[in-house]
Amino acid sequence: MSHRSPLLPLLFALVCIGIALYPLVGDAFYVRLAAKIVVLGILAMSLDLLVGFAGLVSMGHAAFSGAAAYVVAALINKAGVTDLPTLLAASLATAGVTALAIGWISVRTSGIYLIMITLALGQMVFFFFHDVSFWGGADGVNLDAKPVLAIAGIELIDLSDRTVFYYVALACLVGTFVLLSVVLQSPFGQVLRGVRINEGRTRALGHDVQRYKLAAFVLAGLIAGLAGFLEVARSGFVSPAHLGWHESATVLIVVILGGMGTLVGPVIGAFALVFLEDWAAELTDHWKLIVGLFVIAVVLFLPNGLVGPLARSGGREGLGKALARLWNAPARLFGRTPAKRRDDLPQESAGDA
Amino acid sequence: MDVGAYYLIQILNGVQYGFLLFLVASGLTLVFGIMGIVNLAHGAFYMIGAYLAFWLDAVTGNFFLALALGVPISVLLGLVVERIGFTHLYRRDHLYQVLFTFGLILVLGEVRSILWGNDVHGVDVPPLLSGSITLTDTQVYPVYRLFVSLACVVMAVALGGVIRYTRLGMMIRASASNREMVQVLGLDVNRLFMVVFGLGVGLAAFAGMIASPVNSLHPSMGDEILIVSFVVVVIGGVGSIVGAFWAAMLIGLADTFGAVFLPEAAGVVVYALMAMVLVWRPRGLFAG
Repeated sequence: MSHRSPLLPLLFALVCIGIALYPLVGDAFYVRLAAKIVVLGILAMSLDLLVGFAGLVSMGHAAFSGAAAYVVAALINKAGVTDLPTLLAASLATAGVTALAIGWISVRTSGIYLIMITLALGQMVFFFFHDVSFWGGADGVNLDAKPVLAIAGIELIDLSDRTVFYYVALACLVGTFVLLSVVLQSPFGQVLRGVRINEGRTRALGHDVQRYKLAAFVLAGLIAGLAGFLEVARSGFVSPAHLGWHESATVLIVVILGGMGTLVGPVIGAFALVFLEDWAAELTDHWKLIVGLFVIAVVLFLPNGLVGPLARSGGREGLGKALARLWNAPARLFGRTPAKRRDDLPQESAGDA
Repeated sequence: MDVGAYYLIQILNGVQYGFLLFLVASGLTLVFGIMGIVNLAHGAFYMIGAYLAFWLDAVTGNFFLALALGVPISVLLGLVVERIGFTHLYRRDHLYQVLFTFGLILVLGEVRSILWGNDVHGVDVPPLLSGSITLTDTQVYPVYRLFVSLACVVMAVALGGVIRYTRLGMMIRASASNREMVQVLGLDVNRLFMVVFGLGVGLAAFAGMIASPVNSLHPSMGDEILIVSFVVVVIGGVGSIVGAFWAAMLIGLADTFGAVFLPEAAGVVVYALMAMVLVWRPRGLFAG
């Protein structure tokens, strides 16, 4: 745990190169899907900071990105602002303040309380945007225009251009990864990991645990605000569903599916889930049945996520051994691990007699 | 003047909603307190109960027969799910329990969609209880709503009696305070978990059934009741039945009067109340 596997940044670099080159060969539909994946990846990475590193399971994460998206929509539609830096600053501020408020109430608790409280407070934000008619009601709103960056009348970045958006989003993905990697390597990040592993001991070492947790909440909220800004700029649409707890749970699924505490995992998870949803939706109207069964299967059989085997190969053992572990991963997954898990369960030993 | 009667109706509605919330939330808090499981799918069982009532009422033509058949069917479904899925989760982190039960919500929601479609349905009030009580010249109160409150009180008293006075209740209380010790003493915790989970599902499904003639049936009904029940459990203190009761009353009345005084932000009132309670007492009002 203490050593970051060298494979993870390598994997992230490969994924990013793949995303960067994909529009050259890919079908336009899948390029749009890839843009969606990149934005979801940023959101999931920010949640990974809380869940995977600080051990704070938040079930209200979509409230941060959704609130940011709503503020962008209101500024564009009601105030006519299209200036990209202004809109970005407004979304970050909205998400940051929301995260500060929710975090301040939530981080005083942990475990199951934290899950329930973040879920309920996230729903409060949901109802705020759902009920107050200023925001556009239950059906959501379409953007009248997209954010544009112009200096002295020359358009530098126009997010209504799909290709421009694609690479801006990719740059944000890379930036988020680098930022979070640096933060997690810093003393601040070390304390956060300490909180997850043993909160009491971290407190005993003299760290003000609550403040670290709150800072993590706000940082994650700010990045979620970036993701919300990108999402509304991508789709040109925002609705209360973007802030609902189903959305928060879906982001959590993405983190677990990819592998929590790995940063690159959530991006891989975003790929897997978006493609699964796309495939299932083409197959049947009841695609949520497939997604639901898939989620259950992930929880039962893949708790460490898709990149879990990579992440567990510590930095010391080198590339060769790490690859060998990867090679053995399927066998571990379907062979020993489930059997071992069955041994832990009380009812097996108690028997049915 | 009808103002007095109007507020009486609001209070009765708030209390009735509170009782209903208590039935759902007590199952949620019981399952958590005894089994350590966070069951997001609790609302889905409420929804399944309501749709079963709708379907069985149409098939049998008798609402009470539908109740009598529907509760065992839901409990059976709950026990199957418990055996197949939840048994693998008792030792796992809450995170995985939450995600497992989220997956279960999606599955149960789609099963409901396949069986009964996505339309909004209503269940007729049984003829026996379809009357109303005249409060003033213009204000009446439906008898069925009083029946809902009464049924909830009976269930609450029965639940309290079982927990306080029976051998099963003794095991439940013992397991809530120290699961390992109870196991060491030779109690079949496995079987107790099944009973408690079945009880929780039964309470949720029963609440969904008796509420179905009052509220319309729609696909997101399970989610709505789940989140409000969460608020109840959080305010009352996780695992506390007494806390769930008072919190349910508080939320039932706050929600009803929120809709009267603040129609624009009715949805937010309940959560703002929760936030205030949590600032004051982070672990809820009746936390142990």
